[in-house]
Amino acid sequence: MQPLEPSKPMTRLVTRRRPGRDRPRREGDVADRRFRLLTAAFASTSVVLLGAMALQLARASKPAWRRFGLGFIGGQHWDPSRELYGALPFIVGTVASSLLALLLAIPVALGVAILLAELAPGRLARPLGQLVELLAAIPSVVYGLWGLFVLVPWLRVTVQPALVETLGALPLFRGTPRGFGVLAAGLVLAIMSLPSVAVVGRDVLRAVPASHREGALALGATRWEAVRLAVLPQARAGLVGAALLGLGRALGETMAVAMVIGNRPELSGSLLSPASTLASVVANEFAEATDSLHLAALSALGLVLFGVTLLLNLAARLLVWQVGRLPDGARRA
Amino acid sequence: MDRFAKRALVDLVMRSACTLATALALAPLVSVLAYVGAQGLGGLSWGFFTELPAPVGESGGGVGNALLGSLVLLGLAGCFAIPIGVLAGVYLAEFGIGPFGRLARFCADVATGVPSIIVGVFVYSLVVLSMRRFSALAGGLALGILMLPTITRTTEEILRLVPDSLREAGLALGVPERRVILRIVVPTAAPGVATAVTLALARAAGETAPLLFTALNSRFWSTRLDQPIGSLPVQLYSYALSPYEPWHRQAWATALVLVALVLTLNLGVRALTASRKELR
Repeated sequence: MQPLEPSKPMTRLVTRRRPGRDRPRREGDVADRRFRLLTAAFASTSVVLLGAMALQLARASKPAWRRFGLGFIGGQHWDPSRELYGALPFIVGTVASSLLALLLAIPVALGVAILLAELAPGRLARPLGQLVELLAAIPSVVYGLWGLFVLVPWLRVTVQPALVETLGALPLFRGTPRGFGVLAAGLVLAIMSLPSVAVVGRDVLRAVPASHREGALALGATRWEAVRLAVLPQARAGLVGAALLGLGRALGETMAVAMVIGNRPELSGSLLSPASTLASVVANEFAEATDSLHLAALSALGLVLFGVTLLLNLAARLLVWQVGRLPDGARRA
Repeated sequence: MDRFAKRALVDLVMRSACTLATALALAPLVSVLAYVGAQGLGGLSWGFFTELPAPVGESGGGVGNALLGSLVLLGLAGCFAIPIGVLAGVYLAEFGIGPFGRLARFCADVATGVPSIIVGVFVYSLVVLSMRRFSALAGGLALGILMLPTITRTTEEILRLVPDSLREAGLALGVPERRVILRIVVPTAAPGVATAVTLALARAAGETAPLLFTALNSRFWSTRLDQPIGSLPVQLYSYALSPYEPWHRQAWATALVLVALVLTLNLGVRALTASRKELR
């Protein structure tokens, strides 16, 4: 996992020279400047790529916006055979499955982060942290396979009948237990977004100055009290950022969701019914879409997803950086 | 119960809750690995690595072409992402304190969060539409775009770990800045950069979504860059969603190969870097 904030500019002879201002006049400096410009050009690829993606998606989706206008976003029906395209079922499916995932993942991830950053001795924290990072390394399609053949049957046979029996009065748990659906997608997403939330959360907690923690402990606080009173309040913004990063990941997650959510573009208030998300419908229909309006509508869904994840990431990064900028340079190693 | 006992109890409860949460978080890892191992092992054989997928109804068959395809795609992605990413990382680490450096760093961070399926749509509209066909080239480009921001940022972090005294020593001897960077700083950081690149490749090896409509899939041997090509994750996906029981077994075996590949890369690289740190 990368550190969360750019290191402070070091007192270094080389980088202190501000590009373009104190222009060096040594022999060979022209070559040095060329080298710097070359690397700058490479560094600009990320900027260019983000811009190009936005532009390209906007261009590819133009026919859909022209045909449906902003009503596309609120449109409730998606039926390629009748050339009827609306994004609402997918937006609802995406939001529902991701929120469910975060609801399940955040408390657990917070516990993991606190254990790794505050409670476990270093000997244990390192290998445990690496195990959690391994969770993030397993490809999403493998989680999908596991979801398809292990999680979904278990939900259908064991969990969902019990849910219907006990909570069936609530519209949220109405319907026949099929296994496939929002609940399965939410669970898989929770499992998949947990490691990244936990690892970023751990790094955020570690960025809180050690003196705060030590002060609380010196005043007689227990370990938990030190965490609750001295560390968590300082880290709150960063932890929200970690959760938003997890949300961004969940919103854009494609394969595992496509394999367990049931893929039906319907609006339904139940967690048990099949649904579809922005990412999963693009994965399912894009390669087979032949007429241009269908492609444009799918690209428009992509643009919506791109915009939402971009905003979420922006907000999350700003929040996480903020904790790194806390006063008092003393950090815990 | 007096107040101290109560506080100690709360402490104990919360600490146990955190431990429990960690156990809960690792449970799916155990379950996924156990299932992939148990279900996949039976499907493995020598032929599985060397043969083409069998048609429906025939037994046997393998993922040889998908394995080769994955290597081709990763090779392409590496050719594209490694040089650009490393040099971009050099800029951010060595010159990136100005506003442009901050912008580039921020964009790289944000770009790591772009959903992989969006990269697929982007490359489709950029490459596939203009070439009028699905191709290995498009797939490699999509994977490269996914790897690029990660390589950039990790290279930057690693170059920053190189002590300034090395740079200053070089400069004091009259070595031009570019040579200091290319001959002293980058070689010093090379093992770390190699680790970062390997981790990025491991991650890309499992990506499915960006390949679905760029490289597509293929049931035949192919190394041509302008033709669709198979890959392990896409092959796994199509096996898993097929209605045939034997193909499901193939899917588990493919998953085992893929997980083994990814985890070996991850663990191997970590073990190597850990032992190197101890040597110092």
